[in-house]
Amino acid sequence: MDKELKRSIILDNYQNPYHRERHDDEEGYIKINSRNVSCIDNIDLYVKMKDDKIESISFDGEACVISISSTSIMSSLLEGKTIDEAIEIIKNYDNMIEEKDYDKDILEEALVYDDVARQPSRKKCATLTWHGLYKKLLELNEEK
Amino acid sequence: MNREDFPMLDGNLIYFDNGATTLKPNQVIDSMTDYYSKYCANAHRGDYSNSLKVDNMYEGVREKIKKFINAKEKSEIVFTSGATDGLNRVVFGYFKKHLKAGDEVLLTVSEHASNILPWFVLAKEIGIKIKYIPLDCHHEVVLENVEKMLSDKTKVISLAYVNNVVGDIRPIRDIVELAHQRGILVVGDGAQSISHIKTDVTQDDIDFFVASAHKFYGPTGIGFLYGKFDLLDDMDPVSYGGGMNAIYMSDGYMELREVPTRFEAGTQNIAGVIGMGEAIDYLDKIGIKNIIKHEHELKEYLVSKLKKIDNIILYNEDTAGSIVAFNVKDIFSQDVAIYLDKYNICVRSGNHCAKILNKAFNVENTCRISLCFYNTYEEIDKFIEIISNIGNIWNEIL
Repeated sequence: MDKELKRSIILDNYQNPYHRERHDDEEGYIKINSRNVSCIDNIDLYVKMKDDKIESISFDGEACVISISSTSIMSSLLEGKTIDEAIEIIKNYDNMIEEKDYDKDILEEALVYDDVARQPSRKKCATLTWHGLYKKLLELNEEK
Repeated sequence: MNREDFPMLDGNLIYFDNGATTLKPNQVIDSMTDYYSKYCANAHRGDYSNSLKVDNMYEGVREKIKKFINAKEKSEIVFTSGATDGLNRVVFGYFKKHLKAGDEVLLTVSEHASNILPWFVLAKEIGIKIKYIPLDCHHEVVLENVEKMLSDKTKVISLAYVNNVVGDIRPIRDIVELAHQRGILVVGDGAQSISHIKTDVTQDDIDFFVASAHKFYGPTGIGFLYGKFDLLDDMDPVSYGGGMNAIYMSDGYMELREVPTRFEAGTQNIAGVIGMGEAIDYLDKIGIKNIIKHEHELKEYLVSKLKKIDNIILYNEDTAGSIVAFNVKDIFSQDVAIYLDKYNICVRSGNHCAKILNKAFNVENTCRISLCFYNTYEEIDKFIEIISNIGNIWNEIL
């Protein structure tokens, strides 16, 4: 993907993030807090499940351009996916960030972070909420 | 000033993160290399000439620190791994022994984590109560707010001389005077102050004082604790082992060595101590008065320039220290720091280890510039030019 296009997708998701809203104490929402202790990002995710599917994801918090935009992209990408599908996408995303083999076809806009490894300090920002959600999805799978 | 002494400044680095750690002059680096390459031996084992030399160097640094902070006795200086270690030793070695449930310690929300978390643990362990001195509208500590918080339960006030986010210089001497009238002890955290203001523990009459060498141009992993002799003599070590005991028997009997040796168990960070001593000599050579003057002028200059830029929010323009906390409107502080890094300008972003201060600032995170004597007007001009062009940020960092 061309650098200019990547930049505009990242900025668009930063300045007009997908579903940036809180659902504290609302029934049906699972809240997942992700914070990066070494830097300062702090984001709450609100995930609503319907049976085995992610019905909606929203979020709010204070964080850098990479954390916010990658959370926005993740939210729109994973809505409507089953737990197993979402886990598979996150695994592939993580492989991309860690410069391992991954399936390009399932990551859509998240491909904008394919060169984040060039700035190692940004890897945590790009995976912060993805890892938080991944852990929760594994728990949900175990409860099934 | 004296930039040629700092090998890190050979290139085009603009280092504005002196509150995190200062760069090291050749004199400090060379002194440590000399120890390792020319007379490496353990201290307190003086049976041969190198060991005797190490012993003399090691104890000589105690004398240098005594003079530098104007302590009465060199036995009142204990080597530590840094200010955090010093505070932990004071809290768990002295106050754990002398405080009881219900006793109160006064802190502020702007203290560094190292002056809050040990007290949290002590509160859990023995039931002391932590109270926070309210900050004034400039987020600073003023005497009348300290006075308001005193009660007959107050036993300790523990404060930084200079805060690491706001940069305000606290009225420690007045606070100590007030505290001592009521039999309250005062612990001073000198991590941010020691290289920026004159320290005089005798004039201040402070009871305990801690500092880290790496914040005054010395090496990392070494610092010192000052305590009034009688207080140190009544403090328990937190580490036991070689070098600090006089005798011990198989039945558990032991006698410890004198103050301060009883607080220095195990082989110490000798190279660090020697480097710290060299840093003291270096600071003495430049002169703390010259440092204060230069840093103050630099800060005024920086603030006056920053105020002319529309989208800069300044949090502490009126404080006397050499720290400037700011944000760029609508841009996250970490993104600003990453943008500046593209131009080799080092600033810190975040909450600066003062995680409960954000309530007072009403902002979670800031960028922090902490200046010191080797910073220049030209560096500030360059920084101002770059930060004025921050409209470019996304092209630069994405």
